[in-house]
Order: sequence, then C-alpha cells, then structure tokens
Amino acid sequence: MTRKILDQQLQELKEKLLILGAMVERMLLESAEALWRRDLEAARRVVEADQEVNDRRFAIEALTIGLIATQQPVAGDLRLLAAVLEIAGELERIGDYAKGIALINLRIGNRSEPLVPGELVPMARKAADMLHRALQAFVGTDVEAARAIPQEDNEVDALYLRVYWALMGAVVQDPTAIERVNWLLWAAHNLERAADRVTNICERTVYAATGEMAEMDTTWDELETGSAGQR
Amino acid sequence: MEPIALDIRNLRVYYDDFLAIKDVNLSIPKNQITAIIGPSGVGKSTLLRALNRMNELVPGCRTEGEVIFDGVNIYDPRVDPVEVRRRIGMVFQKPNPFPKSIYENIAWGLRINGFRGTKAQMDEAVERALRAAALWDEVKDKLHQSGLSLSGGQQQRLCIARVVALQPEVILLDEPASALDPIATLKIEELMRELKREYTLVIVTHNMQQAARVSDYAAMMMLTGEGERSGTVIEFDRTKVIFTNPRDKRTEDYVTGRFG
Repeated sequence: MTRKILDQQLQELKEKLLILGAMVERMLLESAEALWRRDLEAARRVVEADQEVNDRRFAIEALTIGLIATQQPVAGDLRLLAAVLEIAGELERIGDYAKGIALINLRIGNRSEPLVPGELVPMARKAADMLHRALQAFVGTDVEAARAIPQEDNEVDALYLRVYWALMGAVVQDPTAIERVNWLLWAAHNLERAADRVTNICERTVYAATGEMAEMDTTWDELETGSAGQR
Repeated sequence: MEPIALDIRNLRVYYDDFLAIKDVNLSIPKNQITAIIGPSGVGKSTLLRALNRMNELVPGCRTEGEVIFDGVNIYDPRVDPVEVRRRIGMVFQKPNPFPKSIYENIAWGLRINGFRGTKAQMDEAVERALRAAALWDEVKDKLHQSGLSLSGGQQQRLCIARVVALQPEVILLDEPASALDPIATLKIEELMRELKREYTLVIVTHNMQQAARVSDYAAMMMLTGEGERSGTVIEFDRTKVIFTNPRDKRTEDYVTGRFG
C-alpha cells in the first residue's frame, strides 16, 4: 500500500463528516419537535449546539485543506475532498436552519395561538431522514442512492404547502396573529430549505464518484404557492 | 484539438525478441506540452526515443509502425536519421554538457550541423539559444568557462540551449528535472512553458505533480498483453482531465498512488 497516510486521513475525514451530519440531523429534528411541544429548554439546547457544529465544520475544512496541501490529491481523491468542503458547508447551513427554528420557538415563548401546524414535525423527520441517507450515500459512494434521494424532496414541499395554507387560514381568522404566523412560516421554510440542501449534498456525491457536475433540479418555485392554492 | 506535430501509428518497439511497447497510436499536438506518464518499466523512455529514432543506437532494438512528422514517416528508409534528430531534439535525464566552454557547448553543435556564418553571427546564435533557455543572464560574463562549472540546473538549461540552437521543431525531454532541486526544477518547468510557444514538447516524467503542473496533455502508459509485459498507451487526454476525472480505472489508480 503506497498511500497509507492519505487513505487513513480520508477515512478520518469521512467519519468526522458523519459525526457532524448526525449532530445536524438531531438538531433539525429536535428544533421542530421542541417547537411542536413548545419546549423552550430543548430549543435552548439546539441554539447552543450550533456553536459546536460551526467548530466541527471548521475542523473538517482545516483537515481537508491540510490534506490538499500535503498529499497533493488528484482525480477521485481530489473530487472527494472538494465535495467534503462543500458538504461540510451545507451541513453547517442546515445547522443554522435548526438554530433559526429554535430561536423562533424562544421568540414565540409562552404564547399559544396560533397553533403550530402538525406538518412541521413530519417535515423535519423527512428532511432529517433524507440527510441521513444522503450522507450514507456519500461515504459509501452510492451514486444510485444519491440520484434517488433528491426526488423525495417533493414530499417535503407538499408538507410545506399544507403548512402554508394552514397558516394563511390562521391569519384570516385572527389578523393580529400575523407576526407569529410569519415566524412559523419561517420555521417551515427553514425545513424546506434544509431538504433542498440535502439535494446539494447528493449532487456533490455524484460529482465525487463520477466527476459529473449536474444540478439535480428539485428547487421548488415558491411562486407556485399561489397557483397550487387555486387548484 | 490542435494541429498535430507527431502522429504515431501502430508503433511497436522490440529489444531483440522482447516486445517492449506495442500498438501505440497517439497524436502529439503541436505547440503543446505532452507528458508521458506511467509506472517504471512500462516503456515511456522507449516510446520517447522512438520519436526521433534514438532507439536505433540501442543494439538489438527494432521499430515497427510509423511516426509521421511533417507529412513524412521518420522511419522511411529515405529519411536521414541525423536530420530527424536535429529537427526532433532530445534532452536527457542527467545534464550532459560537453567538457568544453559554455560558448562551445552551443557553437560546436551548430558547426557540426553545417553552420557557416561569421564569428559575429555565431555569437548571436549562441546568445539567442542561451536566452531561449533562460540562461543568458546567468552566464553572459563567463561564456568561456567550462560548461561543467555550472550548477546542475544551469547545466540542464545549457543542454536545452544546445538543442534549441539547432532550431528543432520538437523537443523530447526524458526526466529533465529528476536530478535537480525544487527551485531548479521549477525553472526548467517555467522554461518549458516558454518554449512551447515555438516548439512542441514531449516529456517523460515519474513526477506526477510535475506532469500535472507543466503539461497540457498526458498519455498514460501501462503494461498489457500476455503476461503483462508490453507497454502501451491506455489513455490520452487533456492533463486536466487525467488529473481530475480519468476515464480508465488504471489511470485513476496510478495518478492517485494506488500502485506504480
């Protein structure tokens, strides 16, 4: 074996990425569940966890850049490292979305109306599950899975639409709720964006494995919210 | 794809009855730097030496196939091998200046190739060659010192100047920097980038990073065939492709250091 150091460190890097991914996955779930339960203590924990996510992301970047500088990786190795840099950034952003949801929870505080839409937790579960499998596909170089996962994004989008119309209805019933409705819409939007970022992770997985740079276009046009409502 | 400088067709090289390289088909683009890469013993230098009939100087060496240069097969019996080697020059792994002055290292080669000009014209030709090899500023005040008094990197550039003086069209370089320190190596690489404006360059190198840094195209050689004894080109592409997304798994394994 002529490349022991590089192989060991690539393995280490993948493990660090999986740990970061697991943290972010848990934050995403907990932020939505805490919002649903109106659990402010859990929301605070999510906010605090974001700092560790940021630190871990920088540690992964430093390790990756160190490998590029010292091992001069090429071909598949180089694509893998380029993908790791991107994916670590995506995970950090998903962490930010979870933190954002937790902050909304804290901001709503003890006020109870309007009710948190029931679709938020299933949205978070779906997004977290997609994230989990996307990272497994990345470390396992499973191109087939990486191509398939983004197609599930429409399930998250469909839930988002339901949240959207539920919250629109709440404003109609009580116009004074508009600010809190706006916050909740924001929380749902964060979950929807988190799932979009899973698609980016899948794109990077395909790139690392094949060199193919292709956009997996699942980005859902928010302007469709209106027309979907009229159907 | 650029115009072609050398078109290699079905090239086979034997050392006695040993088939060293087989069935190489490769078009070397003009005014580009092409690197030949691959594991040791795969026939990279043999391929390089086949491009200016240098192999003929090796006893028992026999070549089949064609190398088309300027519309003519250089292996055509009517072609003069000395003329081939002037138009397709070669720089070797170990700098090998003649044990003569810096000036004479260049002037001598010009004279034996029929230079009949005045002293002033010779001075000019020597200066032009030394400038082209990025050596002039370092040696202009000591042109009559021995070429062997120069550092290894300078000696190698002197050898390049010696080739350039003969106004070739193609320059073949066999591991030109493997005996040099990193700074001297970078100077040779920079020089190669300069030279490609006027010449076509083909380089054999074991140093993957050098191939990646300096070349525009790369040809990957591997042993194939029965008992995996004969070398051939398994992949040829832009260097950027070879080092970011090679098509052949064996190229990927080689450039990433999985074997070789």
